[in-house]
Amino acid sequence: MYEIVKKEVLSPGVLLFDVAAPLIAKKCQPGQFVILRIDEDGERIPLTIADFDREAGTITLIFQEVGHTTRQLGTLNKGDGLLDLVGPLGKATHIDKFGTVVCVGGGIGVAPVYPIARAYKQAGNKVVSIIGARNADLLILEKEMAAVSDELIITTDDGSKGRKGLVIHPLQEMIDAGEKIDVVMAIGPVIMMRSVADVTRPYNIHTVVSLNPIMVDGTGMCGGCRVSVGEKNKFACVDGPEFDAHQVDFNGLMARQRMYHDHEKMERCGGGSCKCNK
Amino acid sequence: MQQVKHKMPEQAAEERRRNFNEVALGYEAETARAEAARCLQCKTAPCRQGCPVEVDIPKFIKHVKDGDFDAAIDEIKTKNNLPAVCGRVCPQEDQCEKFCIMGKKGEPVGIGRLERFAADCAMAKEREESAALPAEVLGKVAVIGAGPAGLTTAGDLARLGYKVTVFEALHAPGGVLMYGIPEFRLPKAIVQREIAALRKLGVDIQVNAVIGKSYTIDELLNEEGFDAVFIGTGAGLPHFMDIPGENLNGVYSANEFLTRVNLMKAYKFPQTGTPVRVGNRVAVIGAGNVAMDSARTALRLGAEKVYIVYRRSEDEMPARHEELEHAKEEGVEFRLLTAPVRVLGDDKGWVKGIECIKMELGEPDESGRRKPVPVEGSNYVLEVETVVMAIGQGPNPLVQDTTPGLAVNKRGNIVADEAGATSKAGVFAGGDIVTGAATVILAMGAGKKAAAKIHEYVQNKKAAR
Ligand SMILES: Cc1cc2nc3c(=O)[nH]c(=O)nc-3n(C[C@H](O)[C@H](O)[C@H](O)COP(=O)(O)OP(=O)(O)OC[C@H]3O[C@@H](n4cnc5c(N)ncnc54)[C@H](O)[C@@H]3O)c2cc1C
Ligand SMILES: Cc1cc2nc3c(=O)[nH]c(=O)nc-3n(C[C@H](O)[C@H](O)[C@H](O)COP(=O)(O)OP(=O)(O)OC[C@H]3O[C@@H](n4cnc5c(N)ncnc54)[C@H](O)[C@@H]3O)c2cc1C
Ligand code: SF4
Ligand code: FES
Repeated sequence: MYEIVKKEVLSPGVLLFDVAAPLIAKKCQPGQFVILRIDEDGERIPLTIADFDREAGTITLIFQEVGHTTRQLGTLNKGDGLLDLVGPLGKATHIDKFGTVVCVGGGIGVAPVYPIARAYKQAGNKVVSIIGARNADLLILEKEMAAVSDELIITTDDGSKGRKGLVIHPLQEMIDAGEKIDVVMAIGPVIMMRSVADVTRPYNIHTVVSLNPIMVDGTGMCGGCRVSVGEKNKFACVDGPEFDAHQVDFNGLMARQRMYHDHEKMERCGGGSCKCNK
Repeated sequence: MQQVKHKMPEQAAEERRRNFNEVALGYEAETARAEAARCLQCKTAPCRQGCPVEVDIPKFIKHVKDGDFDAAIDEIKTKNNLPAVCGRVCPQEDQCEKFCIMGKKGEPVGIGRLERFAADCAMAKEREESAALPAEVLGKVAVIGAGPAGLTTAGDLARLGYKVTVFEALHAPGGVLMYGIPEFRLPKAIVQREIAALRKLGVDIQVNAVIGKSYTIDELLNEEGFDAVFIGTGAGLPHFMDIPGENLNGVYSANEFLTRVNLMKAYKFPQTGTPVRVGNRVAVIGAGNVAMDSARTALRLGAEKVYIVYRRSEDEMPARHEELEHAKEEGVEFRLLTAPVRVLGDDKGWVKGIECIKMELGEPDESGRRKPVPVEGSNYVLEVETVVMAIGQGPNPLVQDTTPGLAVNKRGNIVADEAGATSKAGVFAGGDIVTGAATVILAMGAGKKAAAKIHEYVQNKKAAR
């Protein structure tokens, strides 16, 4: 059992857990993830390690309640435990002194961006962060991001906080203003990552995205997490989850993520008869 | 004397094709004793040369014949830590039974069935094993991977007096026995019972531990105080064909498909959390045990038509004969001398069919089998909603990539000698990670040899100190 030692609601439907996992806390690096299982009948779901405290032996998970397992996870409280937790999985982010790095986080994607931005900063880079959400209520980790960035730009779709618009707009402006950008790190919904890639492609700015295909084992055994990168099949759990954004087949990724959507809704809601629209 | 084996009671094909209960039901005591009586108790016991873990076959069979089933299982267990598993899934026809004298004129003695019988008897009685373990601890050994190879090494070393820790990446030990081979061939409760017996021997099994990530091999040896390491990480990396459309929704690797169903119990969804999607029509590509398991699983999940698509003919099929027969009885359709060239999708990204091409057999290739050559212009479309790729697995590279000084061959398999020694001092390996995808019993045989070698290595090292 892996005990939940802290629970916090960051925004509606977005929760933060600190989980006691000394071995993972000791080894993990920014960019890596874990796979957890809540109970004996539970499915294995991947979540990024949003932070870690090596001394306290805890890792931080931030997740959005989107479906069955994440909702069930949301019902757990401080003192409850997870049955299984395996990690750290995936390759760590390549951190170096590149110069100027722009970290883009959309929605829940801010969570995985945070430890990466911090590591870039510690490595001596100038870090400009752009974080966005649909509205002010859904914005997470603003203070934390501000603390590790030289500059923080906020966007919301409805203008309820920061600038009205999408995260790509300030990015485009920076480029237009002739600011030299060495690396862009973008994590968020696939559509957002695809647009960031579209923005930086013409300028050949090295752009990294963290992909979240469906996973089962997380060790390269099932092949379910395969994504096409540079027209080659890659397994996101072991070859990634981070890839060169300009090489990724985002459309294929989006189609594959929908694999279980309708199926789950139907089966879990009694064949769709309940009309709960979940 | 009866020239053929006593028949194995089975669930009727019509019934079993829609349930996950075990297909073969096992001998009754009376049948087992009658089958055991067919054994000639040959002095030379040729059957034994076909057993990689060296079970004294005539001896245990004699105990069965005499009705002393406890003695039978005790005899088997001195050599084989997983008899209930082996009795079910070993390809006995190519192992012990192939050499049995009785096979010369009629059918060989049903050695596998008797092994299963003895193991099941002991389990039914919940008989405690009375293994007297050595009091002195001879050393500390880490085993990576809880498949048949790793579990065998662990069991043998524990009996010798070692403190053994097994590190397993998944949340349940067993390897392919848990995630690959379906419930209807090998009930998972049985695998876990045999593993529980190993735990009683003092073997510590740490699940959720991915070596290469949680610890590296060098850390295990230099920081965690292990005297030696055994690598039994198997062949778990699924191969794909690199044909267009392979990433469409509805195309699974056999590993993903079977893992969802077996390890994650997707056949009980939504009571369990993990879903699996099977269409009405399913094509399984390949014709080994993995393909048969996938096809029969798809049937049980409710598919109306299940095709095996294989580019050679029935003679070349690598699956066990019994599994092939079972699949046929259950209604799996075989499209032989047929190769897929493209997966077709609908406008939402879902599979709607596969384009196939007919093949004919040409000259023998490197493998000695006649090489399939495409027949120009014979393309046709097989309408299916699900495709399962069961064309083989390769070595998982996590350990090799994080272990400097460990030699691998060009396919990525770890290089080890007969006894399991690798190029790196203190590191041993065996099973599918060394040989490529093979069988349970060969993996166990490799584990046994490695355990003996590890014992020798650790004792020599201690003596030299
Ligand atoms: C490497 C990685 C890191 C991730 N990090 C985070 C994180 O830090 N915070 C967070 O909120 N989410 C993260 N996700 C996504 C998270 O795993 C999914 O939201 C979660 O699996 C959904 O499960 P569910 O049962 O609640 O939803 P359902 O929609 O009911 O899921 C059904 C099935 O689809 C899979 N699935 C559905 N959507 C996704 C998706 N987007 N990604 C992966 N699998 C999916 C599930 O595993 C499950 O098998 C990450 C995904 C990956 C691959
Ligand atoms: C579907 C299917 C059906 C089969 N049917 C038969 C049959 O009927 N008869 C037969 O004899 N053989 C059969 N086989 C083959 C047989 O199962 C294998 O040859 C055998 O399991 C190999 O044993 P192993 O111990 O080498 O590896 P595996 O059983 O593959 O076990 C390896 C274990 O190591 C773990 N692991 C991998 N990497 C790491 C890591 N880095 N850290 C920690 N743990 C790790 C894995 O999770 C796994 O549990 C079948 C195989 C499949 C896939
Ligand atoms: S070869 Fe056959 S008959 Fe002879 S001892 Fe072995 S099992 Fe019995
Ligand atoms: S999650 Fe199974 S191979 Fe990546």
